[in-house]
Amino acid sequence: MAHTVADLDIRERGIIEELSFDEIPLALMEMGCIPGKQVTLIQYAPMNDPLYISVNGSYFAIRKETAKRIILVKRLCDEL
Amino acid sequence: MSSKKKINVALVGNPNTGKTSLFNQLTGLTQKVGNYPGITVDKKQGSCRLPDGSLAAITDLPGTYSINPTSIDESIVLKTLLDADKKSFPDVVVVVAEVENIKRNLLLFTQVKDLKIPVVLVINMSDQMHRKGISIDVEELKKLLQTEIILVSARKKEGIHDLKKAILNYQNCQTNSLLNLFEKIDKSYFDEIKSSLKGFTLYKSWLLITQKSSVKFISEASKQVIEHFKKDQKKLKQYQHKETIYRYQYINEILKKTYLVDRAKAKDLRGILDKILTHRYFGYLFFTSILFLIFQAVYDWATVPMDFIDTSFSELSIWCKQILPLGVFSDLLTEGIIPGIGGIVIFIPQIAILFMFVATLEETGYMSRVVFLMDKVMRRYGMSGKSVIPLISGTACAIPAIMATRNIGDWKNRLITILVTPFTTCSARLPVYAIIIALIIPENRVFGVFSLQGLVLMALYILGFAAALISALILNKVLKIESKSFFIVEMPNYKLPSLKNIFFEVVEKTKAFVLGAGKIILAISIVLWFLASNGPSAFNKAQKTVTQENVDKNISSEDLEKQIASYKLEHSYIGIMGRFIEPAIAPLGYDWKIGIALISSFAAREVFVGTLSTIYSVGSGDEGTIKQRMAAEINPKTKEKRFTFPAGMSLMVFYAFAMQCMGTLAIVKRETKSWKWPVFQLVGMGILAYIAAFITFSLL
Repeated sequence: MAHTVADLDIRERGIIEELSFDEIPLALMEMGCIPGKQVTLIQYAPMNDPLYISVNGSYFAIRKETAKRIILVKRLCDEL
Repeated sequence: MSSKKKINVALVGNPNTGKTSLFNQLTGLTQKVGNYPGITVDKKQGSCRLPDGSLAAITDLPGTYSINPTSIDESIVLKTLLDADKKSFPDVVVVVAEVENIKRNLLLFTQVKDLKIPVVLVINMSDQMHRKGISIDVEELKKLLQTEIILVSARKKEGIHDLKKAILNYQNCQTNSLLNLFEKIDKSYFDEIKSSLKGFTLYKSWLLITQKSSVKFISEASKQVIEHFKKDQKKLKQYQHKETIYRYQYINEILKKTYLVDRAKAKDLRGILDKILTHRYFGYLFFTSILFLIFQAVYDWATVPMDFIDTSFSELSIWCKQILPLGVFSDLLTEGIIPGIGGIVIFIPQIAILFMFVATLEETGYMSRVVFLMDKVMRRYGMSGKSVIPLISGTACAIPAIMATRNIGDWKNRLITILVTPFTTCSARLPVYAIIIALIIPENRVFGVFSLQGLVLMALYILGFAAALISALILNKVLKIESKSFFIVEMPNYKLPSLKNIFFEVVEKTKAFVLGAGKIILAISIVLWFLASNGPSAFNKAQKTVTQENVDKNISSEDLEKQIASYKLEHSYIGIMGRFIEPAIAPLGYDWKIGIALISSFAAREVFVGTLSTIYSVGSGDEGTIKQRMAAEINPKTKEKRFTFPAGMSLMVFYAFAMQCMGTLAIVKRETKSWKWPVFQLVGMGILAYIAAFITFSLL
């Protein structure tokens, strides 16, 4: 199964591989969600949704359904 | 010097960059809020004196992350920057960025720059650079971005003069685009656009092609060309994505050379506060405490000024009565206009306090955390985390609350929020509740601490919220609207609120309420007064009829006066209207006088108290407070008090549910662009109110 932003733990980071939407929301890219960029999960809201993340220097919250579509390269810890 | 044309300046920038602070610094008290034609987006304008003594007209455009809009507010930016023929077209655009989020802020800058309009880049909050460990090579950045850059701290008023100088010399701005990104994406495709759409810059043509809505100001021929390019939507999307990627690549390259953050020096306020404020338990606890504080403040702090306003207006009425010669004018003034105006002014303290809190929460950046915390909960009700702000604002007034739903991107979420917001207990219901509670609920204490009256008031608030949530739940099931929901909320840095910004916000919102609602209330009170003091023939013969009826009875002239007055009221136009609807409202426990108040309340709820006060003062001629008059009112059939416990409760339940506010209906019509929804609200909430009031009266 693909590793996505929704799978991150708090303070864990990942690199965006691709955005797997039928129609990629332009606004998401304009906020900085671009392949190759590092994502950090900052906080889960209660009931694990939405997610508070930091990408490319901006901080914002997205819903879990969106986070599941942001595919990450692989876990950082795998590289270590 | 003064013969020179006024320079038009547009402020553009991401939300949370301090754009509004800068606008307030530049324009101060000259600012005015108007509307863009056709839509209800606020247009903030003001003027600013430049170093050479001339004036510049400053427009504060809505905050946006990109020139590609995702909401109605944001689309204003695009429209303003594209329509070059318009008189208000900016001579120079000031793009406001902020030291910490400069990367994302520059995306918008590169877009504006590509339109080849003169542009000045402001980097705001420069006073924070040291604390955050940020250093910027401004000279190098100027060269690379080919633009004038001004470091500003709007809060500390630093750099404002330099900015004014730059605005004055806007003609020196370089108006070339920065990146040859379109060549990179697909040279032949964009060459085709260039050759078929003449007279526009390439980026402008591209924007016209990629926008969903069409624009009015271009020629038919150009429109057809644009339609042709619009056909391949997939390609457009793909190229827009590429465009965004290239822009960020370009920005990253430039910032690598000019922008440095020393993480060791940075003090992480965000991290510390977010650990508590977005925590799954403490976050809610804090939010609940904030809500509690707001309600306490709105009702406790406002009592003194409200009492003061109340007594001042009734004294003014009495004083006018004494000094003015008796007659129609004196009656109109003291029984119509003064109580009417008083009925509006009395809400100012509550509304101002509530807006002060809402503005403070937004200013500090906390509101985004509330949205974050509440989103999942609200989604169950078919709303979004962003619906929390309207629902809280709704406790002051539904009109600004419904306007605040605009940033809810998803239409279904937004519509449900608009439809249920009028259930929240707005401040207009408060005087109705307050006076009825005072009449029917004893001043007891429960457990020796809580006032019983206070508890009943709280129960009515809970009733309002519960009605909003339950109806949202139902609407969510019933409404079949395809929603392409997309939720993205910036979590801005925490900031100390600026008093100046809050002050302007509170003044603006309060003014809008007083002028908007005020006109209606004032007009209604004059009409009411007229309808109550005039009538068909029976009304005019009142003196004779009543005197004849009492000719054998031995009553004082004072009592006779009273009987004449109440006979007059009963046979006035409004009395006739009231008695006409009496059969319909009798099952709820109301008589025709309350019926009159109900009818007039459909203009605005707060009219209720004023109406009863007008009716009872026309009817009695006595001085005394409204409450005393209402308490003295007797039901002629039962010989009991008019406002019994069941009747009073039924009346409050009716007011909790009924949609009695023309202002709200008008705003719902504007925001939903159809009469369907306001009519649905009016009828649906009316039926609910009737049934609930009937049940209340029957059971108690």
